Amino acid sequence: MAAQSAGEIERNNTRAQVEASIGRRRRNEAIFKGIGLGAVLIGLTFVAVLFGSIFYKGIPAFTQATLHLPVTFDAAIIKVPDRPQQMPGVSDADYQQELYAWQRKLVFVNWNKIVQNAFATVLPDAADNARDVGGMVASAEKVRLRDMVADDPSLIGTTQDVALVAAANIDVWLKGNIDRDLPQSMQQLSARQQQWADALYDRGVIEMNFSSTLFTNVDSRSSPATAGLLGAIVGSVMMMLVVMLFAVPVGVMAAVYLEEFAPRNWFTDLIEVNINNLAAVPSIVFGLLGAAVFINLFGLPLSAPLVGGLVLSLMTLPTVIIASRAALRAVPPSIRQAALGVGASPTQAMFHHTLPLAVPGMLTGAIIGVAQALGETAPLLLIGMNAFVASVPSTPLDQASALPVQIYLWQGNELRNFFEPRTAAAIMVLLGVMISLNTLAILLRHRFERRW
Amino acid sequence: MSSFIPVAVVLILLGIAYQWGVSTSRKVATASSGPMHSRFGYHGLLVALWCLIPAAVTFIIYLVFEPIISDAILQSYLPPEIAADTGESANALSRMANIASGFGAVGELTGYEKAGAAALERFHAIAWFAAITIAAALGAAGAAVARKKISPGLRARNRVELAIRVVLITCSAIAVLTTVGIVLSVLSEALRFFSYVNPMDFLFGTTWNPRFSSTGTGGQGDFGLLPLLWGTIMITIIAMMVAVPVGLMSAIYLSEYAGPKFRFFAKPALEILAGIPTIVYGIFAIFTVGPLFASVGDAIGINIMATSAFTAGVVMGIMIIPFVSSLSDDIISQVPKAMRDGSYGLGATQSETIRKVLLPAALPGIVGAFLLAISRAIGETMIVVLAAGNSPVLTGNPFEAVSTVTVTIVNQLTGDTDFASPQSLVAFALGLTLFIITLILNVMAIYIVRKYREQYE
Repeated sequence: MAAQSAGEIERNNTRAQVEASIGRRRRNEAIFKGIGLGAVLIGLTFVAVLFGSIFYKGIPAFTQATLHLPVTFDAAIIKVPDRPQQMPGVSDADYQQELYAWQRKLVFVNWNKIVQNAFATVLPDAADNARDVGGMVASAEKVRLRDMVADDPSLIGTTQDVALVAAANIDVWLKGNIDRDLPQSMQQLSARQQQWADALYDRGVIEMNFSSTLFTNVDSRSSPATAGLLGAIVGSVMMMLVVMLFAVPVGVMAAVYLEEFAPRNWFTDLIEVNINNLAAVPSIVFGLLGAAVFINLFGLPLSAPLVGGLVLSLMTLPTVIIASRAALRAVPPSIRQAALGVGASPTQAMFHHTLPLAVPGMLTGAIIGVAQALGETAPLLLIGMNAFVASVPSTPLDQASALPVQIYLWQGNELRNFFEPRTAAAIMVLLGVMISLNTLAILLRHRFERRW
Repeated sequence: MSSFIPVAVVLILLGIAYQWGVSTSRKVATASSGPMHSRFGYHGLLVALWCLIPAAVTFIIYLVFEPIISDAILQSYLPPEIAADTGESANALSRMANIASGFGAVGELTGYEKAGAAALERFHAIAWFAAITIAAALGAAGAAVARKKISPGLRARNRVELAIRVVLITCSAIAVLTTVGIVLSVLSEALRFFSYVNPMDFLFGTTWNPRFSSTGTGGQGDFGLLPLLWGTIMITIIAMMVAVPVGLMSAIYLSEYAGPKFRFFAKPALEILAGIPTIVYGIFAIFTVGPLFASVGDAIGINIMATSAFTAGVVMGIMIIPFVSSLSDDIISQVPKAMRDGSYGLGATQSETIRKVLLPAALPGIVGAFLLAISRAIGETMIVVLAAGNSPVLTGNPFEAVSTVTVTIVNQLTGDTDFASPQSLVAFALGLTLFIITLILNVMAIYIVRKYREQYE
């Protein structure tokens, strides 16, 4: 056997080293890959747990305990004169005054007695226990009975089947959101109310119905069971309209200018840097701007959707501009050159050729920007939108709430057993709107996406 | 009178003006032998613009001065004893306005009320009629002037385009004005705050105890920034400890290892986290994560508060994962293919290539991404408002409640305090601090990311 040359020995040594290290390196490779997969799975777990916990908590709140009772509008209890009619020659203000006086008489009717009588038809022992009966029905339901009569005085003297929303504590009790083994001194319901609730539920008088009040009512402090999201939804929609009418056109036009017409000088550089920075300014700083400029300097009303919408618009503007610029940049230069080549001016080339091709991309950006603005809370707190508002705003200058702010207010409600599910349900509504907006954006992108 | 009428009037006028311009330019074109400089539509638009601008200016003047004058008219009818009392006079003014609008007021109407309402009604009718007439007349005159000018040589297109250009520039300027507005408003209110409180006490004070504004300036509290800043930093550190490993490793896995199917599903699923409103994270923290940590703490014998820096930090970390992962993903995929191929050519495994070649090459970009994520964490509000526990004391224990700059801004500005008191104004000083910190981080991040990008181009 010929002796190995020095070079050959070295090669073999290296080979031995490499072979020895292969196992370790393969292991490292597997570990690294495993860590990466683990990180992705951890992230996905977070998504699943987040959605899971919100859904788990929120879905029960879409149903509510509802009592189906025959309510007698007893003329012996409802003692009010006929509803006033407007006579010719009486001014609108005087008629309103008269109508108001009549409605006040309705307010002083003993509606509790009417509810109690209705209970007595299903629970004989309810007739002598006004206090316990009072705690069974959401207090706003008595107001609803009154409004039914105010709208239609012919109801007096008749018996109607009415679905009355049960009080929040009854709902909590029946859904098991409270520990039934707690000592009686720590329970919100009296022992008799607990028995009644269970008995009526077994007899089918109390049913778990779809909670329509969640969508048709405004927030309420006195009657938590019928507190709803309508005011917040309308407030949010108004703000979104302001954002769409202000941020989207201004953003698109600013993008058109910056991308297509602006000369490259220090001023446009400044705008450019500015917009990138604005996109990263914390949202609460925009709230400070709103409080100082819109509220304090211009004297616009607190809690108004218009102010909220303007603040959110300024916040969304950079998003819209950046997305629109990207959409314009994606249109190939040959389109412009062709238009310019046949004699179009730069403005014509822009508005007749480039812009229409960029519109789908711009729309996507605008929808995503609006969706972001919809979920924003912090700046709204600073312009007073965390005020309790129990009315549906009819103009953008009225007091209003907004969906995310309503969620914030509900999570702080002291009736936690009832409002935890409600808060989660409100989040589901908010997420539902946001996900549909984002889906729309994705669909639009797919529908119009064009590869050049 | 609804605002619908002037809009309709203007729109009709504009339509007529446009048609007028189009038909005139058509006639001019037939009459002249040479070609027109601009197409007919541009002549129409130019005439419409000449009509719109004077009419719009008239309406703006009307809208600005009408309320001022009607207020003055009503004031002049108030008897002196009522005008002296602000509450009374405001009530009387609104009654008169109601009478004038035709709705009427409750009860007997006094003489001065009737007279004032009648005068107001007269003024309204006259001013309204005058505004519409003047606007229409000026608009028509403008249109007529523009129409006269129509000739084959008129550069109508260039002028219309100039107007378009002006509108576009105005829109871009709004972005700059927003920044100017932020800086001016926050800065001026912060300066007012510093006229009450020494900036040194604010910047280096270790006690945060603002007291209530009702106690007056004598009972002025301590406005020390440090406890809030420390709370912010602690939460940010915890958030980054969650977000950086998970985000970076997911980005590496998704861009280097994952098959196209898994990537198609997992990447958007992770990005959902970025689109969820922060209030939802806040609720998630107090309903689910906080109680979970508290019971885990009980089980292992550590006292973890349900609302603490730890809870807020972890949840904020979850929120930031997609920022870190998508930014890192972009940056890793920008590393040129030649560098990978070189590494593979030397026999390196995939993980060795990533660790020893890709990551060092992408490092500046990744650092930029981290800076952006940090700036996000510092400015985040709703999670900390709900989950950090709001306890502005200097503590080193992450399992205790803390407070942050953003929480304090919300607290100081949502109470019933007087806007001019230091207790409210401190919110602007805090906002300024926040603005400056995040601005520095963003500028650094943008600079680093850009600088790095240029190396490969």
